[in-house]
Amino acid sequence: MALLDQTPANAGAAQEGTSRVGQWLARVHPAAWLVVVLLITLPLFANSFILIDIFGWAMILGMIALSLMFLAGYGGMVSLVQMSVAALAGYMVAIFGNSAASEISLGWPWWATLPVAIIIAVLFGTISGALAVRTEGIYTIMITLAIAAAFFYFTRQNYTIFNGFSGFNSLKPPEIFGINWRDHVPFYYLILFWAAVSYLVVIYVSRSPFGLALQGIRDNPRRMEALGFHVTAHRVAAYTFAALIAAIAGILLSWFSNQISPGTAGIGPVIDILVIAVVGGLSRPIGPFIGALVYVLLRTFSLDVLEAVGLDGSRFKLMIGLGFLLIVFFSPDGLLGLWERWKGYMARSRNEFDPLGGGER
Amino acid sequence: MSRFIERHPAWTFVFFVLAILLLLLVFAVWPPGLVAVMGKKKIFLNALLNGITLGALYFLVASGFTLIFGLMRNVNLAHGSLYLLGGYVGYAAVELTGVWFLGFVAAFIIVAIIGVVLQVVVFRRMEGEDLRQTLVTIGISIVLADLMLWYWGGDFYQILTPDWLSGPVVTPIISVLKRSTGDPIYIKYPTVRLVILAASIVIGVGMWLLLNKTRIGMLIRAGVDDRDMLAANGVNVQLIFVVVFAFGAGLAGVAGVVGGTFQSLAPGEDIRYLLASLVVVIVGGMGSIPGAALGAVIIGLAEQFGSVYMPTYSVVGTFLIMVLVLAFRPQGLLSMR
Repeated sequence: MALLDQTPANAGAAQEGTSRVGQWLARVHPAAWLVVVLLITLPLFANSFILIDIFGWAMILGMIALSLMFLAGYGGMVSLVQMSVAALAGYMVAIFGNSAASEISLGWPWWATLPVAIIIAVLFGTISGALAVRTEGIYTIMITLAIAAAFFYFTRQNYTIFNGFSGFNSLKPPEIFGINWRDHVPFYYLILFWAAVSYLVVIYVSRSPFGLALQGIRDNPRRMEALGFHVTAHRVAAYTFAALIAAIAGILLSWFSNQISPGTAGIGPVIDILVIAVVGGLSRPIGPFIGALVYVLLRTFSLDVLEAVGLDGSRFKLMIGLGFLLIVFFSPDGLLGLWERWKGYMARSRNEFDPLGGGER
Repeated sequence: MSRFIERHPAWTFVFFVLAILLLLLVFAVWPPGLVAVMGKKKIFLNALLNGITLGALYFLVASGFTLIFGLMRNVNLAHGSLYLLGGYVGYAAVELTGVWFLGFVAAFIIVAIIGVVLQVVVFRRMEGEDLRQTLVTIGISIVLADLMLWYWGGDFYQILTPDWLSGPVVTPIISVLKRSTGDPIYIKYPTVRLVILAASIVIGVGMWLLLNKTRIGMLIRAGVDDRDMLAANGVNVQLIFVVVFAFGAGLAGVAGVVGGTFQSLAPGEDIRYLLASLVVVIVGGMGSIPGAALGAVIIGLAEQFGSVYMPTYSVVGTFLIMVLVLAFRPQGLLSMR
């Protein structure tokens, strides 16, 4: 994953590059290359727990949060339905493919199951979006929260299709091209591949005409409408695109956790995705992944840390809640915002001794 | 009302016929054919009464929510936590003093104070930043939920009703005629639920009177319409915000005691009632008290009838109503905007 540096200083150096790809690669921050190398070589020195349960899980949650970040950051629509879209994709994989509930699962091969699952989940995301774009701002949050709650209750009470409270167990990635994707290292690379693809595609789309129009609509829908853009169509299309990312992540999530049940998309997880995206930062696509890593680390180790300092280990929710509250309270742009502020502060204190550097202080 | 009749004579007629039919269903003795289709009259009437009393409870929760939203444009997603906290506080007060009524007083005062703290410490600092306020209230609700789980644990609590309220009362509605003698058998219904229904109606009417007939109500309504103009006229808008927030939060606390009396208190109820008030105000119209009342009764009835006549999908039915309202009247049934 690349941290794109947007300072013009690096852009100047890039002009020597011959191809556009070369220019683009030269703009990437050196620290980002470090992250990329680290993520690719991770299986060489990390055990399966760190590989799958920390980084794999973080990247899957990061993808779902990324779909929320795309809608919220570029479209100005905070949608809480993304986790439900992801869970629906997981459900569809279980229903059309193989699971322990053999009386429901249809047992289709993977090349039929996966596209159908993604299409159905994207359709669901699009329809929810079409409903949600009838409203604006805080109303969108409430309506998508209500849709997510309806999805949760429906899957919990429906036994004929969704197998009710227990859901589906023993969902496993298929064997494709002779590689057993259940093994830790292949599964890690599978997650890494899709996380990287969705990250890069989100960056690409955000700079495409569609993404720019979407950001224009976020800033001033009336003006964009006057310029001849179809505001509603752009918004619904944004939901469709975000649902695609969430659907892929949902399939990976069902393989990761080996099961899918109503609890996967309960109110708690739905809010967690929002927490992840906001804590990471909604302004850039790297934010959700940072937030997801922080969340997974807290989720995994807070119990041990709390018990180590002599507190009740079951209070990790309180820690997550308080951390979220502090970040939202003091930095509306999450950890990314804190980082930017720290960078700005460092730059200013460095300029203090420079007689020509900006004299704001 | 009269303007509505003039404007939509056909709809008025439809509503009139429906009302007559409903009255007939309630008061007439059902012929055997109807019983064959719909089941016993007792089941129908119980669902109807349960739905209306549940609607009364929803109204208590949602009216504070909608009042706060209407005035301050602030979606307080911690409203469900205030409800649950009110219930726990009321339970503790009833346990301590043994007086049912004191539970309401304690819950109202303590939750209202928390509302004042929230408004002064949190919301005043981020006025006009909708998204940030929403996120902060989500954070507060997570923290409050875990604190309450810490203190009160995961058990179910039920607030005991006083003796004079427990037990059923005989209503003047005939359930069925005795087959042998032809004597009427009347419907029995829990007294406490009827009392709560009456109390909710009194509170609702009181709020309507307060909003429409008093000076502070006039200020609140002016604030809903245009708070900048109101502030420019020299009114201390911040004070009104604090008062309304305290009142709305206090109502949620009172609703918690009510809910703890005829249902139960447990972790998770906060989210349930938050969702219920969300759906109620979306259906009824954001910021409108009559809308909250209408939405609450519709949702309460839909839930109860759903659980009686199609038990699998009762919860989904309420969300379906919300989706339909959104599709055809996105501003809500009784919203002015």
